[in-house]
Amino acid sequence: MTIRTRYLAVSAAVLLAGTALPAMATTLRYANQGDLKSLDPYTLNETTTNAHLGHVYEGLTRRGKDLAVQPGLAEKWEISDDGLTWRFFLRKGVKFHNGNPFTADDVVFSATRVRAPGSNFQTRVPSSAEFVKVDDYTVDVKLKSPNPILNYQWDTWYIMDKEWAEANNTAGPTPAAATTPSYSALNANGTGAFKIESHQPGVKTVFKANPDWWTKPEHNLDEIIFTPINSDATRVAALLSGEVDVIEPVPLQDIARVNGTPNAQVMTGPELRTIFLGFDQTRDELLYSNVKGKNPFKDPKVRQAFFQAIDIETIKSRVMRGLATPSALMIAPELFPFSKDFVRPKYDPEGAKKLLADAGYPNGFEVGMDCPNDRYVNDEAICQAVVGMLARVGVKINLMAQPKAQYFAKVLKSGNYQTSFYLLGWTPGTFDSHNVLFDIEGCRDDAKSSRGESNLGNYCNKKHDELADKILVENDTAKRDQMIKEAFQLTTSEFGYIPLHQQSLAWGVSKKVKLSQRADNSVLLYWARKE
Amino acid sequence: MSDVSRVDPAVSSRSPSWLVRFFDGDVWASFKRSKLTMVAATLTLMFFLGALLAGFLSPQDPFDPAQLELMNSRLPPLWNAEGQSPFLLGTDEQGRDILSAILYGLRISLLVGFLGVAFSATLGITLGLLAGYLGGITDTIIMRIADVQLTFPAILIALLIDGVVKAVLGGNLDAGTTLSVLVVSIGLSFWVQYARTVRGSVMVEKSKDYIAAARLIGLPPTAIMIKHILPNVTGPVLVIATINLALAVITEATLSFLGTGMPETMPSLGTLIRIGNNYLFSGEWWIVAFPGIALAALVLAINLLGDWLRDALNPKLR
Repeated sequence: MTIRTRYLAVSAAVLLAGTALPAMATTLRYANQGDLKSLDPYTLNETTTNAHLGHVYEGLTRRGKDLAVQPGLAEKWEISDDGLTWRFFLRKGVKFHNGNPFTADDVVFSATRVRAPGSNFQTRVPSSAEFVKVDDYTVDVKLKSPNPILNYQWDTWYIMDKEWAEANNTAGPTPAAATTPSYSALNANGTGAFKIESHQPGVKTVFKANPDWWTKPEHNLDEIIFTPINSDATRVAALLSGEVDVIEPVPLQDIARVNGTPNAQVMTGPELRTIFLGFDQTRDELLYSNVKGKNPFKDPKVRQAFFQAIDIETIKSRVMRGLATPSALMIAPELFPFSKDFVRPKYDPEGAKKLLADAGYPNGFEVGMDCPNDRYVNDEAICQAVVGMLARVGVKINLMAQPKAQYFAKVLKSGNYQTSFYLLGWTPGTFDSHNVLFDIEGCRDDAKSSRGESNLGNYCNKKHDELADKILVENDTAKRDQMIKEAFQLTTSEFGYIPLHQQSLAWGVSKKVKLSQRADNSVLLYWARKE
Repeated sequence: MSDVSRVDPAVSSRSPSWLVRFFDGDVWASFKRSKLTMVAATLTLMFFLGALLAGFLSPQDPFDPAQLELMNSRLPPLWNAEGQSPFLLGTDEQGRDILSAILYGLRISLLVGFLGVAFSATLGITLGLLAGYLGGITDTIIMRIADVQLTFPAILIALLIDGVVKAVLGGNLDAGTTLSVLVVSIGLSFWVQYARTVRGSVMVEKSKDYIAAARLIGLPPTAIMIKHILPNVTGPVLVIATINLALAVITEATLSFLGTGMPETMPSLGTLIRIGNNYLFSGEWWIVAFPGIALAALVLAINLLGDWLRDALNPKLR
């Protein structure tokens, strides 16, 4: 008996000590549905990956909790009167995690590396921009034409250490398709709030707080442990059991359940991503349709009919469980002040039928649709709902829903834009309308320019593109917004796209953790505090 | 009336020849003895009828997107307070009636199962006959391939074939092609058992006197194989086919559950379970529970029938 009591007492003491120890080191455990493959900051331009690496690396600029551009590794910058030279004054006393000082050489090196073949971030820095080191802490960027939004995406153009990269034989970027990981894909050396302690791709990544960070940290963490959990139900279970502190995303159907538990809650809010449908308007005959010899989507009436056949309010209430904002524009209202001047055409299946008959398809037609099934919130369910709604106006849709890897390989430029009708989501990386006008709505000219690179169906209006070029160089905000409005009016009047909605953010957070939720869905834990 | 009475003797004189033989035979007797088998047979029959008559029994055609009303989505079963007629077992995310989806899904699952079994049986029996009768190098080649394939689990081979075919045909497959791909991949992963069993039986039969006699009168090998040997190996093949039907249904469900099988617009039972799996946590249990119960009951019933058939056809167990 006494032996047993003593044994119990000892094990209780051990247990207490066991629980007491980690309390001294504050560890935040975070799970996302997708994994973190490569640590090379120029491999994959994707919001979740960029957010992960934002803990380790930093750009010349930063974006605050409200997404405003703030000085980052550059303390300030000046633009010459002709707008062709930008002078960046770098922060002094900043050190990389290995102790190397951060200087102008690193910026010039990173500018070369980010534009090298294999980088997925080539559009971050114009190819014609020239980086000149003035002194150790001053860099001039010389442009061929003015570009007022030059540094808008530089918060995710992460600066790397030249000496470290060259010493470790990773002076060039790691392409996303690389089969053997390079040194920089498995190791990282940034200037940011956290250092990489260990990294097992697809399994676990441990971040340790950087005690020598150049600014006073807002977080109180010692350690972040990141694990990918792909299955929705498992991810939610891990949060509810307290196994992890933060999950992203919470599946819509589980939000009520998570909110109903005492130890966790869901942070929701509007996301800046716009989900939309696009049409192939460039081929003379659609790849996947029973209409031969012509392309029905070249007729704006057909596009309008599709638009009016879609009951967005029902999609919102039933598929999105109320967590979506129907959109009339290809950009979120937070990013464009005149958004409220645009309204969606009314849901009108009868009118849609009439329009189809006018266009010469009284009995509708058949067309294939491409849809991802693991990228956006309820993406496949939205596509299925669209299929049902179009069936009611006589259009038979053959739905092809597949994982994002296969989907993107098929419909993007690298897959030769093989689609007739598709669902896609877009957050402008610059948080500015010009990005939408240029990347999504601009006429494709593959040989000469990257304009329209993500305009999968090649909606094209030359007048719209002329406006877009003027918008890029216009400095007067009021005039600029007016021109943006005109450009969007062109697209909406021609029904170039069918914007659906802005989806909602849904982060599952333990009640012990305080987070700041940024509207671009970047989970940035250097703003996190844990009790 | 008089016509019938005149025809009757003719019918009764012909039909007892096999009907009476069947009902008097051992197989029927063993069927009547086993209550479990009778339950399994009734259940299987119900599933088959449900699948066949899906068009009449279900209130909705779940494959026709125009009939799905999004406003009816996620309704609980009828006995629940929020349930609505005619959705007896509730609806899923797209407003699809679960009962209709199960009946139509059953049809697809069974179709894939039957076609898969027919395909694998034809292939396996042909190869088994050839290997057993011809012997020598033909036998060696066929049976070594079979041995190699036996070292892999069938589901892995089905996944492999499915993946390769889809890579060759390209991603954009309609539901019909997907179904054929499933049938082929399931068929190719189950032929080995037939081939081995048939080959064994053929080796035994081959050395018997009646085959020697058939050879002696100059019958060609194909005729001997089909007319004389094949009827003697149907018993074991029938048992394998029944058990494999259950296996094929499960394999199809697994492939669909993993997302490489039937698309969500034309769901089989496996696809329905995959859809419902996402709602396990949110209290919408009926989306996954009913298709799951249907699949389990179907497979169990067919398996029980197969077990009984194996015992009934095995003379050593009597």
